Parts: sequence; C-alpha cells; structure tokens
Amino acid sequence: MSKLLTYSAKAAPAFAADSFTAVADGAALPQGPVLVSLARFQAERDALLARNTALGIQLKSSENPELLGADVQHFALIALEFPKFRDGRAFSWARILRTRLGFKGEIRAVGDFLLDQMNYQHRVGFDAWEVPDHFKIEQFQHALVEMTNVYQPSSDGRKTIRELRAAR
Amino acid sequence: MLNPIPVQPNMYRYDEFDAKFVAERVEQFSGQVQRRLKGELTEDQFKPLRLMNGLYLQLHAYMLRIAVPYGTLSSKQVRKLAYIARTYDKNFGHFTTRTNMQFNWIRLVDVPDIQRHLAEVEMHCIQTSGNCVRNVTADQFAGATDEELEDPRPLSEIIRQWSSLHPEFVFLARKFKIAVGSCEKDRAALKWHDMAVQIVRNEQGRTGYLVMAGGGMGRTPYVAHVMKEFVEREDILAYLEAVLRVYNQDSRRDNIHKQRIKILINTIGVEEMRRRVDLEFQELKAMGTLQLPQAELDRIAAYFAPPKFETGLPDTIPEAGPDFANWVRTNVSRHKQPGYAIATITLKTPGQVPGDATSEQMDVIANLMDEFSVGEVRVTHEQNLTLPHVRKVDLPAIYARLKELDFAAPNAGLITDIIACPGLDYCDLANARSIPIAQKIAKKFENLDRQHQIGELKIKISGCINACGHHHAGHIGILGVDKKGVEFYQLLLGGSGAEDAAIGDIMGPGFTEHDIAEAVERVVNVYIAERQGTERFLDTYRRIGMEKFKAAAYETVAA
Repeated sequence: MSKLLTYSAKAAPAFAADSFTAVADGAALPQGPVLVSLARFQAERDALLARNTALGIQLKSSENPELLGADVQHFALIALEFPKFRDGRAFSWARILRTRLGFKGEIRAVGDFLLDQMNYQHRVGFDAWEVPDHFKIEQFQHALVEMTNVYQPSSDGRKTIRELRAAR
Repeated sequence: MLNPIPVQPNMYRYDEFDAKFVAERVEQFSGQVQRRLKGELTEDQFKPLRLMNGLYLQLHAYMLRIAVPYGTLSSKQVRKLAYIARTYDKNFGHFTTRTNMQFNWIRLVDVPDIQRHLAEVEMHCIQTSGNCVRNVTADQFAGATDEELEDPRPLSEIIRQWSSLHPEFVFLARKFKIAVGSCEKDRAALKWHDMAVQIVRNEQGRTGYLVMAGGGMGRTPYVAHVMKEFVEREDILAYLEAVLRVYNQDSRRDNIHKQRIKILINTIGVEEMRRRVDLEFQELKAMGTLQLPQAELDRIAAYFAPPKFETGLPDTIPEAGPDFANWVRTNVSRHKQPGYAIATITLKTPGQVPGDATSEQMDVIANLMDEFSVGEVRVTHEQNLTLPHVRKVDLPAIYARLKELDFAAPNAGLITDIIACPGLDYCDLANARSIPIAQKIAKKFENLDRQHQIGELKIKISGCINACGHHHAGHIGILGVDKKGVEFYQLLLGGSGAEDAAIGDIMGPGFTEHDIAEAVERVVNVYIAERQGTERFLDTYRRIGMEKFKAAAYETVAA
C-alpha cells in the first residue's frame, strides 16, 4: 500500500488523504475526482470534462505534458510516472508544466523513485509524492535540508548561490 | 628533504558556499553508504547514488574517481592525492583521459573519510561517474599559451557550478561530457564530447562561444556537430541548458547503447536538433534566470589571473646535454611570457603504466610545482601532466629532478606517448588488457632516434568498445576484443582527437596479443617508406589510404 505526501510553498510536509481515484482504462468511472491515463483522456475528453468534479491525469515518462495543449488548465492533478528511478524525463516534464505551461495544480510523483530524488523533484515543481506506507515524514524533511544551497535557478524559485553571494 | 612552502596558485578558491556545498554532499553520501551497509538501499538503488559520487564497482574492488575540474591542481591538492594513495590505496593513482584521478583499490567504508580529506583541499568526487553531467575538462595550456583568445577555465568553472546537482539533469539517459577550449589548435578533444564550447571572436570583434554537440566514442563514434556558431557571453548557460533540456526530454531510454546525445542528434538530424534547442533557448533567454552577467564572469576570471611573471629573464633555454635537448624538443612548449615555457611531464616512460603515478612521485611533483611552477600543474587528456608556468632557466633543474623520478621520458606526442584505458587488469567492462599492450609497443619503439624519425604519432588503446582509451581518435587506434575467451586486438588507422578530428577506419580482423606490437611496427614502416616531405603518419594515411598499411600489417601473420 501507499500513501500520499504533500509539500508546497503553502504548507509544511504532511500526509494527506488522496481525493482522487485512479481508474484503469475501460473501467467504469466512480463518483468524485478520478485519475485517468492520457489515452483515456484523449478518447473521452468531452465526457470527462463535462463531469462537474476535479480531474487528474497520469502521464507516462514518455508523454510530454505539452501533448495536453490548452487542456492542461482543466486538470487539478497531473501525476508523472517514474517507471524506473533511472528514467529522469519527468524532471523535465514537471519543470515544463510549471514554467512553460503555467500549471498551478498538483504535480504528483508516482512509481519507482528514490528518497534521494525527492529534493530534486521538489525543486523542479513536484508537490506531492505517492510513497510506501512505511515512509516517514522525517526522511523527507531530512532530504530537503541535506543540501542547504543550490547553484541553479529552478521552478522552486529558490535563491541561487550566485544570488546569495551578491547579497552578502 | 624538506617540503617547500606550498604555493597557492591563481585558480578558483572555494568560498563559504562552495565549501558548505561540498561538505554537505560528503555527509549526504556518507548517509547513503550507511543505508547501503544496513541494507536499506539495494545495490541497484545505491548504484546511481554512488556513481554520482565517483564510486564505481570494478573487477576486484571499488574504484573512486576524483574530479580534477579542467585539469587544474594545486600542490596542496597533489599532496593530498598522494596521501590518499598511500593511506587508502596501494600507493599509486591513475590519471584518466578525462583529467581525473582514479584510485583502483578502495574500500567502501573508507570512502566518506576520503571525501572529507578531499573537501579539506577543495576537491570532490561529484558527478565523476553516472548518467549526469561529468567533470568539465579544458585545454591544459590554458592561461599559458599565446594561441588562446582567453583562458577557458573561468567559463569551465561557471559550467562546473551550474552543472553541480542540477535538479533537472542528474538522471539523464546517459553520461554527458563537456569540454572547453579557446584555440584553433584543439588539445582538449572538443569534437569528441557530448557538448563542447570553443571561445571565439565574431566578425564584429566580440568574444563569444561556438557550441558543438553530439560527439562521442564508444560503440557508435561520432564527431560533434556545430550547434551554434556564435553564442553571446551572457547567453551561454541558457544555451547549454537548452541543449540538455532537449537531450533529457527526447533521448531514447529503451536501449542503453542508443541513449547518448550523439544518437539523438544523428537520428533526428542536426537541423531538427538546432530547431528544438533554439525553442528552449529562446524561452530560457526570455525568462532571464540563467543570463550570465559580465560581472560574474569577471569575478570568476579574477581567480585565474595570470601569476606575476618576472620580467627581464633570459628567453633562451640553457644548454644541458643531449638528453635534456631531446626532452626540450618534445616536452617543452612556447609560453606567452618571454623567459617562460610550458613543460609537459609524460607519465609514459616506456614500460610504465600510462597515467599512473606513485605517492612518492606525486609528492616530488608537488615540490616541483612549488619550486618551479607557481604551485600549479595540469592534467591532460593524454594522461600526462603539464607545468604551465616555468622559467626557461629552470628547465635543466626540472629535467634533472624528473629523471630521478623516471618521469623524464622525452616523448610527448611521439609513438610511445600512448593513451591506454585501465583495461581488463582493472575494469569489469573490459574485454581485453590494454596496459601490457601499451607497455609492449612502448618498449618496441623505445629507441629515441627512431621515435624522432617517426615523429608525431598518437597511439590510443581501449580494452573494449566503450573506448575510454580513445581508440577511435588514435592516428593508430587499438581496440581489444574477446573472441571465445581469447584477447584479440583490432587496428584502426587515421583517427584524430585534435582540431582535425576524425574517426579511425577499422583495418580488419584482430591480431593476437603476441602479434599486435609487430603489426603496429609494420604499419609504421609503411609510413616511413611512403611519407612525403614533412608528412605526419596521419597525413600519409589520409593521402594513400588503408590498402598498403593493411597489406603490410597482415603480411607475416598470414604466412
């Protein structure tokens, strides 16, 4: 089993209830917010948008979120898959969602990622993580502060070492 | 003998931010090692973490690769490397073709301590392995040669910082190597890199950067394409980031042999790659967050200010016998300052393991650096060391000391100045040994008159298709292969790692380890017989092609 961890500029890290139900392609849609694949969204776009409830989409690591076009604004949640922790494409997808497409909803990491990747994920725009049941919030808090400063600007808007130097 | 007082050369110095960054990174990795030892991380999960901290699992033990950014080392750092070799390894280290230092016999539990030692002298192992942006390399004559437009190291340092734990690019499809040069003459093998920057001047006389991408060796060798002829100074990080974005987004992830940027560019075509990069570049430029202010470039460049050169020194090299004269002929290069020279120490005395140095040798080199070269040395991609700023009057004394060390081989650029990867003696990827082949060839051509008669000839040996020994770029390349448990060696001719970069042509079936050195000799003899005027081996090969070389190489093997 897994649970949901959320952390954003607005709130401290916390475990949260997942209001979305992941629905397999072809399965009947339950009441309330659902999480569907890109294929299902493309096939049933109008019907899904006509439901008067929050909508989530899960993208494979090979699916660039730019495929969503202007529809990106309709989603409350975009889940990005890590099929294997070695596949780092979703780092770019999250960054594109935040800086190019202006996506303000939840970006959730799902799949096979490592504790040691969560700080990077946070930096590029992820604000939710599907983690195993035994995962402790302290692990995440520690991962966030292991490296105090950063050299690169990213979508988290943190001050870079160059900016900190200039402000001395 | 007492050590001289360490001289701090003009090179980048960590400020409190860099120091904290490296120290925290060491503790982070120390925690990861503990989690691995406790079984909280599987080897599969630990692997990318240890690789990005320089730790590689070799055939017999862990190998630790230490970054030497743009090849520049202070004497204090060299002494620390000697200390690590003595304390944690078998008393020697190995300088690699990416100007790093490798220790081949490291225990996992010692690694955090070693990294703490390195942090004390402003060194680290960050991103020396793994699928990330690797240690940035540069021309070893940087800041010393009159051939350059400007010192390439300030930009290299800026790239080092920008690429250190870049959140978007630490899990790339494959490794990503960047080099920086500043001359027409290419000593950094720019065109063989995933991405390279050459400092250039445009028609308006402005200095900026030519960016290349898509070079690489390995199974499918390619020479890099020009991505953009001229990138303005302030835009360079935005442009480099744009290339990496396209690579991370669009590279294949389904076949490890087709995941380097060279494959992406040569699949979609360079025009399409340029178009995609330009879209990202325009967006980054508009955002402005990666723009590089001139003030920042100046601030970093100030660290690399030229040393205070003495004036009025004699601009001639003293006489000190025929052996010294031979060494000067190949190992001493022109310096931009009258009275000074650049001296190359080849770690290639015939019979030696190319690129290896013992703790004692490193300590003596550190002393030489302090006494004669403002505390500084450079590591070259040809696995040699360069003293960048030496007074011509001191050359005989330097030579005498190198001779005691057995590092005075007068062979820079000659046939015995061979690049070789560690090969099957150490590496778990290798199919064949490289080191004994290099030793055998060097011994065969040991006679110096003969070496001079042959002239510039670059032999490069790899123990497998991954090409760490740059065999594709050798004037004569040698590739070790395994055929049913027996080591064979293929010959390649006509490659180059310089400004005339080219991929060597494969001659044909491999030679046994007993035949390979003689096959090389027969190939060289064809060159001697066929060359015209001042042609180098490479020039003759390019003029007459493979046929005669091939016929000679296989002559006695067939008989």
